[in-house]
Amino acid sequence: MTTAAVAVTGPRRRSAGLLTALTWIIGIVFFFPVLWMVITAFKHEADAYTDPPRLFFTPTLEQFRALFDAGAWPYFLNSLFATTVSTLLVLLLAVPAAYALAIRPVKKTQDVLFFFISTKMLPVVAVIVPIYVIAGRIGALDNIWTLVVLYTAMNLPIAVWMMRSFLQEIPAEVLEAAAMDGASLRQTLLRVMLPMVAPGLAATALICVIFSWNEFFFSVNLTASQAATVPLFLVGFMTSEGLYWAQLAAAATLASLPVVLAGWVAQKQLVRGLSMGAIK
Amino acid sequence: MRLAAVLGAAAALSACAGAGALTSGSGDGTTIVVAVVSNPQMTDAIALADDFRAAHPGVDVDFVSLPENESRAKITASVATGGGEFDVIMVSNYETAMWAENGWLVDLQPYADATDDYDTDDFIAPVRESLSYQGDMYSVPFYGESSFLVHREDLFEAAGLTMPERPTWPEVRELAAAIEEANPGMNGICLRGLAGWGENLAPLNTVINTFGGQWFDEDWNARLDTPEVREAVEFYVDLVREHGQAGAATSGFADCATRYGQGQAAMWYDATSMVNVVESPEDSVTAGRNGYAPAPVVETEASGWLYTWSLGIPASSEHPDEAWDFIAWMTDKDYPHLVAEELGWERVPPGSRTSTYEIPEYAEVAAAFAEPTLSSMEVADQDHTMTAPVPYDGIQFLAIPEFQDLGTRVGQQISAAIAGQISVDEALDQAQRYAETVGESYQEEGS
Repeated sequence: MTTAAVAVTGPRRRSAGLLTALTWIIGIVFFFPVLWMVITAFKHEADAYTDPPRLFFTPTLEQFRALFDAGAWPYFLNSLFATTVSTLLVLLLAVPAAYALAIRPVKKTQDVLFFFISTKMLPVVAVIVPIYVIAGRIGALDNIWTLVVLYTAMNLPIAVWMMRSFLQEIPAEVLEAAAMDGASLRQTLLRVMLPMVAPGLAATALICVIFSWNEFFFSVNLTASQAATVPLFLVGFMTSEGLYWAQLAAAATLASLPVVLAGWVAQKQLVRGLSMGAIK
Repeated sequence: MRLAAVLGAAAALSACAGAGALTSGSGDGTTIVVAVVSNPQMTDAIALADDFRAAHPGVDVDFVSLPENESRAKITASVATGGGEFDVIMVSNYETAMWAENGWLVDLQPYADATDDYDTDDFIAPVRESLSYQGDMYSVPFYGESSFLVHREDLFEAAGLTMPERPTWPEVRELAAAIEEANPGMNGICLRGLAGWGENLAPLNTVINTFGGQWFDEDWNARLDTPEVREAVEFYVDLVREHGQAGAATSGFADCATRYGQGQAAMWYDATSMVNVVESPEDSVTAGRNGYAPAPVVETEASGWLYTWSLGIPASSEHPDEAWDFIAWMTDKDYPHLVAEELGWERVPPGSRTSTYEIPEYAEVAAAFAEPTLSSMEVADQDHTMTAPVPYDGIQFLAIPEFQDLGTRVGQQISAAIAGQISVDEALDQAQRYAETVGESYQEEGS
């Protein structure tokens, strides 16, 4: 390692330096809007839309207090519920399906997989009217369980595909060894396979959490006052008459916090899971 | 075992979510759901709703507050399919008569007549007319607006310019050029360019009207290719390109509010509700230095538009009586006093009741803009702002269901012309084709 580094010649090192600089620039370009959102969240309204933008200002928590005064809690609880329950349901359904498709492929496995992913090809907007009418007829409008069902359906195909690729990476020898040792299916699943695919499971769960937490379209169309989720709370601060940049930024910051936290908690698992090198 | 625990926790969370929902505490009373557009005046009403709850112990109110586009889409879907999520909906003079005709709205006239001291005759006449169908009001105004021209009195004075009492559009163009000369780096005027039937088409349509143009003649023949329309659109596009703000093709009300409020433009032609921004010392460096003139004209006597956010009850509501109680609370003569007491006179919703303008405290706070607002609104009807009769209602919009789509498509063409991507002629040729399609469907219906 050290010798290799020493052996790098001048021009190559320079190009490596350029690459690093470029990486940093791209990283900053991508991160800047997020940073600006967080900064704006701590501004007074009057500081938020000055031109040129103001970098130095007296920070305030006024915007965050206003959010809680505006009743942010019910929205967060609704989102938390819809996200948690739908993610659990997705994992509960996706893991056995993925197991069947990865470890014990049956006839037409490819067709089944294609069917799963094809359900994601239809644009949601194309089915919203039927879904809305059906939900209306069965009295399921503005009900958090409607969102749970839809989010589960929405994330299931992706979860099946992801979990299948993780399960496929388990060497067949490991399963054979477990069978040789007399492990039952249940034991094989829980004691042998689960620990091996835990990073993949975490990555899948996080993707589901992110998608459900940020979902706007179903929520805006199917909920009203009882089951409204965080994205709806967020857009409530957008107005065509008036200037509420700071408050909107504060709401956006608050709305993204749970997902950032979830990602941070699962960070270690996630890096392994997402790089797909979990097993080897 | 662990799974059971997790599901148990989820169930507990669900109970929690239920209890934490907005409807806590009303016991066995009625809960009405009110859908509003998330504009500042409505946000104030939500904050003041405890006053209604105190006066009506058996009734609780939940609010659904969304931005204009989402709110309009959602409310339309709900009333059209009888979804029944809402007891009170915020609509405008664009929807009210159409929806009343479809049977989607409850006739509010009997309720209003039965409510002591509600007095629908107190509503500003064009506003009342625009919310009526066959003589009955189907929604009642919460606030209303026309359009006028704001300008920086201090800059005009320093440059030795005067704003005429009733400016014409050519005069406005000259003033824009003169003020730019006196204040290098400043824009003469800010005008909307952002595509949308409620964005750039709102001011542009008033310009088309006053230049003598129209969208359709009385037989639904599309008229966007006439010399009058061409002249009007060329004028608007040239004005904003020469003396308007940079990036005008993507700037709407909010952007102009920021620019004018930050002192980057000397004039701004837009909704009278702009006073909430430009006269607010926290939002605007120009507060107290603004003068207001009526919407500039060419061929017509007046040219201001008319828009009003109003409240109605969808026919699918199960609690129309309670819904009316709430509407009456939000639109009666006492509401301005409540707002003034809790939030200040400058937050009072403007442009709905004439009696509001007779309150001395309001007249004092609104001295600069009360009279221009009221006088603009009083002449905001087709008789004063158009040169020839048209087969549709509305001034800056056409009150037909197709207009949301048609207007946005035409608005995109105009926006492209403002950006310089296409010529005004190309934009109008395309717009004319869109309009012809819509016109033909009405001609078939009529024949």
